[in-house]
Amino acid sequence: MILRLVVAALLLFITLPTVVVIAVSFNPTAILSFPPSGLSLRWYENVLTYPQFQRAAVNSLVVTGAAVALALPVGTLAALALERGRLRGRNAWAVLLLSPLVVPGVAAGLGFLILAAALGLLRSRSVLIAAHVALVLPFVVRAVWVSVRNLDPALERAAASLGAAPSHVFRRVTLPLLKPGLFAALLFAVVVSLNEFVVSLFISNRVTEILPVAMFTYVVNYTDPTIAALSSLFIVATFVVVWLADRYLDLARVFLQH
Amino acid sequence: MTTVVVELRGCTRDYGAVRAVDALDLSVHESEFLALLGPSGCGKTTTLNLIAGFVPPTAGRVFLDGDDVTDRPPHLRGLGMVFQSYALFPHLSVRENVAFGLRERRVPAREIERRVGDALELVRLDRAGRQRPGELSGGMQQRVALARALVYRPRVLLLDEPLAALDKKLREGMRDELRAIQRSVGITTIFVTHDQAEALGLSDRIAVMNRGRIEQLGAPREIYEHPATRFVADFIGASTVLRGRAVANDRVAVAGVTLVVTSGALSSGADVELAIRPERVQLVPGGGDNVVEARVEGLVYQGAQTELTARLRDDQRVLALVTEPAPAPLEVGQTVRLHLPADAFMVLA
Repeated sequence: MILRLVVAALLLFITLPTVVVIAVSFNPTAILSFPPSGLSLRWYENVLTYPQFQRAAVNSLVVTGAAVALALPVGTLAALALERGRLRGRNAWAVLLLSPLVVPGVAAGLGFLILAAALGLLRSRSVLIAAHVALVLPFVVRAVWVSVRNLDPALERAAASLGAAPSHVFRRVTLPLLKPGLFAALLFAVVVSLNEFVVSLFISNRVTEILPVAMFTYVVNYTDPTIAALSSLFIVATFVVVWLADRYLDLARVFLQH
Repeated sequence: MTTVVVELRGCTRDYGAVRAVDALDLSVHESEFLALLGPSGCGKTTTLNLIAGFVPPTAGRVFLDGDDVTDRPPHLRGLGMVFQSYALFPHLSVRENVAFGLRERRVPAREIERRVGDALELVRLDRAGRQRPGELSGGMQQRVALARALVYRPRVLLLDEPLAALDKKLREGMRDELRAIQRSVGITTIFVTHDQAEALGLSDRIAVMNRGRIEQLGAPREIYEHPATRFVADFIGASTVLRGRAVANDRVAVAGVTLVVTSGALSSGADVELAIRPERVQLVPGGGDNVVEARVEGLVYQGAQTELTARLRDDQRVLALVTEPAPAPLEVGQTVRLHLPADAFMVLA
């Protein structure tokens, strides 16, 4: 009984902020108050028409799209190399590839900032893309690695014995069998990149900033529920993506397999 | 026995400090069914992988139809292989699995259709084409793997313990079927197994392997009846091996008894090893030539026969199969007389 109460309290604690944000986003007045005093969509209208958000949304799409497009093949090959390759210092490589998970965002952000400044790249989105590749890579490597581990090497040998050159083996056997891992990797990469804030804050400006950074800047300057409306859209979008992925890809399986 | 199709010349394969295959020479002839037989770790699977091209030899050369293919990758060797785990592609249907090799060879779609149909018919699976391998039983998967390896008419068929994953009844059925298919296709086949009954029943020739070397190569009957070494005698059908000293060119002293041996030339005074099959050892009521006394140590009733383990006076072990019903009830600890026929001995090198 007590256990149940604790669990219920925990669940409430976890979901309450989200509920509050969504509730506040429908507030008709320009104050972030809870509970809301009525129902209105004016802040949603504001979100969609505010030019800086529009620009940031495009930036987010470009940065996330590019970062994922780069991280997916790189991470997949890394996972294959880690599992299959005749690799010296396999553990060191694994730690290196997974390390962005444990490096504090502020440290990574500062590093990228100094590097970008030295290279004169602070005005372009390329640094953001590079940083996002590094940040999503651990998730990609990890997700694909699980699939690689479950791949029976005899299948690739069989394909070779049937006359398939290595490139054909990869395309016709290896890649299709890695699909669950690749989908999971794609999902994580997108979610992590879209929500990335700390590192991006260091290396973006008004022109290149992505949505989470733009939202932060907005909150610093204004305190109306616009930000709650945008957050709600973000939450719903993320939720839908994860829900779809879970439904069609069986996320639990990908994660619990080892 | 005409053309040599596969030839290994002095092939050695090391895995780290372990020598899996040791300076192996082997020739496989056109249309023959050759078994590589041995216990696990004897190098038989490595030998198959050397032929398939999955592992390069540390030393030595591999020839296919007289061409040196040592450096040719597996996909260019044109062989067919059935894996122990079948290795069917789980993301493809049975038909697509079988069509895989044909598609790699850029065979026209219509011909693929026809040949896949023929291959599935050959293994009696023409109805299962649309199913995924995971939906099939072990025996059916086995047949798909066979169809997939045969459909593009490979030069050689390699089988890696193809029956090991099946239960006993199915295994016997598949064994006969495999032999029939191999005969009808007439394909040169190399078959890896640790099961001596399988090897004896299926092969034209058997290569008995031990520690990376071939102990003996010959027809099943020859291997069974004239094992060249103690290892072969022991591995092919549990045998009794008796140590003794030749006292004449047809007499051997064993455990205080002089046995007449007519099945091999002996040099007097030498230490010899004699093997004898348990089914040749007879339980007899009284004494006579070649009769030894032994104390019963173990009895395993097997229905049609009882497996009897007994020890001679000098503690050497003798195995005998006693046809049931036994002439007299047997008990552990009892002393029995065993007749070891003079022509039943195999003199080991």
